[in-house]
Amino acid sequence: MIYEGKKRIWSDYQKEIPDDHYFYVRSCIRQSFFPASEATFLDITRNKLNKDIFETEHHTTCGGIAYHSDTIPQETVMTIIARQFALMKKYGYENYVSSCITSFGLYCETLETWREFPELEAKIADNLKKTCNLEFAKPKFLVHASDLIYKYRDLIASQAKYKLINKYSGKPLRVIEHIGCHYSKMFPSKGVGGAEYPYVLVGMIEAWGGEIVDYPERRHCCGFGFRQYLIQSNRSYSLTNTYKKFESMKPFKPDMIITNCPGCPYFLDRWQYVIAETQGKTYGENGKGVPVFTYEEVAGLVMGYNPWDLGLQTHQVEVEPLLDKMGIPYDPKEKYLGKNGKDLGKPEIVECFNNR
Amino acid sequence: MIEFGFGISPSSRINLDDFDKEKWNKLVQIEPEILQCISCGSCCASCSGGVFQNVSLRSAILNIRNGKTDSAMELLKGCMLCGKCTMVCPRNINTRNLILSIYKTYSEK
Amino acid sequence: MKKNVLIIGGGPSGLEAATILKKFNYNVILVERSSILGGHLAKWDRLFPYMEPAKETLDVLLSNIDGITIFKDTEVNSINLLDKSYNVILSNGITILADALLITTGFDLFQAEKKEEYGYGIYEKVITSAELEEYFKTLNNNKIDNPKKIGFVHCVGSRDEKAANRACSKVCCATAVKQACEIKEKYPDADVYCFYMDLRMFGRGYEDLYLKAQKDYAIRFIRGRVSEVSEDINKSLVIKAEDTLSSKPIRVTLDLLVLMSGMRPSSGGEKIKKMLNLMTEDDGFFSTKDSIYSLQHSKLAGLFYAGAATGPKTLPDSLHEARSAAIQIHNYLNN
Repeated sequence: MIYEGKKRIWSDYQKEIPDDHYFYVRSCIRQSFFPASEATFLDITRNKLNKDIFETEHHTTCGGIAYHSDTIPQETVMTIIARQFALMKKYGYENYVSSCITSFGLYCETLETWREFPELEAKIADNLKKTCNLEFAKPKFLVHASDLIYKYRDLIASQAKYKLINKYSGKPLRVIEHIGCHYSKMFPSKGVGGAEYPYVLVGMIEAWGGEIVDYPERRHCCGFGFRQYLIQSNRSYSLTNTYKKFESMKPFKPDMIITNCPGCPYFLDRWQYVIAETQGKTYGENGKGVPVFTYEEVAGLVMGYNPWDLGLQTHQVEVEPLLDKMGIPYDPKEKYLGKNGKDLGKPEIVECFNNR
Repeated sequence: MIEFGFGISPSSRINLDDFDKEKWNKLVQIEPEILQCISCGSCCASCSGGVFQNVSLRSAILNIRNGKTDSAMELLKGCMLCGKCTMVCPRNINTRNLILSIYKTYSEK
Repeated sequence: MKKNVLIIGGGPSGLEAATILKKFNYNVILVERSSILGGHLAKWDRLFPYMEPAKETLDVLLSNIDGITIFKDTEVNSINLLDKSYNVILSNGITILADALLITTGFDLFQAEKKEEYGYGIYEKVITSAELEEYFKTLNNNKIDNPKKIGFVHCVGSRDEKAANRACSKVCCATAVKQACEIKEKYPDADVYCFYMDLRMFGRGYEDLYLKAQKDYAIRFIRGRVSEVSEDINKSLVIKAEDTLSSKPIRVTLDLLVLMSGMRPSSGGEKIKKMLNLMTEDDGFFSTKDSIYSLQHSKLAGLFYAGAATGPKTLPDSLHEARSAAIQIHNYLNN
């Protein structure tokens, strides 16, 4: 791999990311998949970096899951989105940051569609007025939350307590970066680094001391793909995509995977268990899986958050081997304690093999 | 093992890295004309068996080159060696001979 | 007094036209922005379909240039259209009053790095057809290290709206087939694959070259465009494509991938275009006065084109156009 060649492409795909004052919208599924990621994002940006990130309980789903599984029409989803944008305006913001990649892609798609078909935009503005009595607006800047963490990556590095470095060998951790398809594959210019060689997570990994692994199926989808997992009969398709990626990354012996999509970390994490059960294969060291993280979780680890406060106990693949490599202390006894100190109960199946 | 109701799907992808070069070289040695095929489809278009059965020399050659020899043999099963394809092949391949050679080479296990 | 004809571009078309115009007794001035005459031909090793050494062809072109005023390393700074002539100021400070102008600015190779998914400039073993040609000349390229599996991608930057070029570059198919045979000659044990959309082997001897590539060199032709290239742990290239003839995705690991970069309008031509507000077609190449009868004429009196300045051409095509342009210029200056 010629690093300079990638740098040249990265320089072609730089987007403007304002430094501050954002209207934040959450993902539908991340709060249950990775319960502390969004809270960590808000804590880092607001309390550690003193940024103005506003959120309101009045915002809803963007409609993406329904849209991509063909259950609601495009005009409906556009009206939902118009309402989100109108709330941004109502609260005095013009920069919009989305926690979800599906939403981010859909916002990009919607804005592009409106640009191309102004009559449709007018119709949606009318829908919005009739249904919600809100004033139509479009964000001045639309970014994904990983764009913001990317923007703040050096600030985070300057406050870092730990690095993505293996404390036993002193070498950088070998990190797989996986970008959600809807981040830049639809609109390469809307993502940092473009679609073929996205830089958004690479920039974080570099700033925090890790080494990027470029493996053959790097660009491949995790297998989430809505219809692929929503219906059980299609789920083989989802699983096989993940399997293909792990088979491809295996020779590179990755230490961890970092992602920026709601679905990717979930499926890359959980399917490792199914692959182990059905194929008898694992991809990490000592018969374990490869831990998969959201970028907020990794930022949190680097900044010295308690791993259990980051929700890492909800992962299928055990994160402890990675915490050990990074030299992050943790109390195994606290792993399954809730925020209130009460025992949450240990899952029946931990790690990749069913060791009941 | 747990039954999930789903599992790893087989891949339909052609992997040229798995191509059996040894047998192929053997075939090319006795039937070098196979290299000349341009997949034009004249053989199939003129095939008297292909109308009724799944016979296709064009696809069979392609399948062999893609490492799918079993399906290649399947595609030649219905051939009655009438020789019409030999008459029309624009690359002048002795197709009838080729079909026999393919059979000979790939039926040896 | 001899009339002045200024030729812009010292490639094969410029050289051939210069030679003939000199014989017609004009004062021929040729401007070349690089330090080498011969354009792309000077960088080429052998020519399709009969493998003639490019150097021999170039030597013929260069053997007749006595008496032609040649300015190398020289650019055109400005051109002003006067009543019946062109006032041209060159970067070396010389001003020429040209009675006729011949534009032979040729083509630039498509920048293969623009097709990001092919990984040119990112993965070490991805090279362009021009680099392979240079290797055949010099036998020196550290990216070519006893390759066992070699691929050629046709139509890189051609017939591709995503690369902003709908047009066919005309010469890449024959070049790929030629180069595939040549690399097989160098590495007889290697497996060689050509990924093509259509094989456009239109010229005399081209189809024979194709047959030879299949029969004598056992080149594998796969009809389908490469979708993406990546690198495995051994730094080998992993190629994904569709075999459209069997309607299945295909994958192969290679030690070398050659991208057949297509032809784009030359940056030198773009400069001249701006100076004179010349017309170009959708493909970016100069517009000719019509599409059948006056291929060497522009809309401006006294301004002529030859060679790939008006679109992709083979070397013989370009030479024909150069001769034709010389005659048209001669007719123009004598009427």
